Amino acid sequence: MTAGLAHALCAAALAAASSLATAATLAALPPDEALDARLRKLETQLRCLVCQNQTLADSNADLAADLRKEVRELAVSGKSDEEIRAYLVARYGDFVLYDPPLKAVTSLLWLGPFALLAGGGAIWWVVLRRRARAPAASAESEPEAVARARALLDGE
Amino acid sequence: MKAWRWSIPLAIFAILVVFLWIGLGRDPSLVPSPLIGKPAPAFRLAQLHKPSDTLQLDDLKGQVWLLNVWASWCVSCREEHPLLLELSKANVVPVYGLDYKDKAPQALAWLAQNGDPYKASMVDPDGRVGIDYGVYGVPETFLIDKAGIVRYKQIGPLTVDALNNRILPLARELQK
Repeated sequence: MTAGLAHALCAAALAAASSLATAATLAALPPDEALDARLRKLETQLRCLVCQNQTLADSNADLAADLRKEVRELAVSGKSDEEIRAYLVARYGDFVLYDPPLKAVTSLLWLGPFALLAGGGAIWWVVLRRRARAPAASAESEPEAVARARALLDGE
Repeated sequence: MKAWRWSIPLAIFAILVVFLWIGLGRDPSLVPSPLIGKPAPAFRLAQLHKPSDTLQLDDLKGQVWLLNVWASWCVSCREEHPLLLELSKANVVPVYGLDYKDKAPQALAWLAQNGDPYKASMVDPDGRVGIDYGVYGVPETFLIDKAGIVRYKQIGPLTVDALNNRILPLARELQK
């Protein structure tokens, strides 16, 4: 009886301990993984200044490693993605962002394609309108056209 | 009517050529520093020659000075080194060094071998201060005014042209 009780207690304690342990690992792991995922996403939006065509996540450059470390430390200290981006922009300029912000200097970059599209559309519209009007102006009546065609054929 | 019709594509083509031509002449590795016109980031670093002594930004206020980022492992630093030595001899503007991600014995040996143009060199072993200054390729040189505002940044080795036509005239202007 006592042995049975001890056994049961022991089993319960074990179960409790193991569930506590899994709870602890669960509590410890997801934020870590969440941080990793967050950093990976953030680093793919940042440019490595040494290689320029690679993101901070892809680059093997020394500086990229340093910056990844810096970004991680900032994130761990509770800085938001926006604050981390601002931190890097303050040091390296907008060039670190793969997605340049809309500002006075970048307005041509952002709005230029739409301006070109609108301009092209306008030209297209004008040409179409002109073409729609043109045949009406130069249209021959059918008998006239037939007569001219016959004349040309006969002439040959 | 006919005349301006063909002149439009020609004008667009000419504008495109001008932009592309300018683009060809620009070096994409030169990223303009956002620090120009802003206060130089603060630092407090040990000195290379006197590791027990630190130097901080405030110590250097009140003078126009150059901050030259260098390292013993940096190959193109050798290229600009004679210019720095000449500059320190001419005594126009004091040059302070930032020994970036370097080891003290190598750095000291390098200076002993090549000459030391610096009033003092500060050590930045983990590159933290380098990051604050937006350093991405050594050597880099910053011109900092009396109030501690960054006025100019040279990315890559100093050249005679950059010194004579930009850095020194600006330094003299700021020294007034």
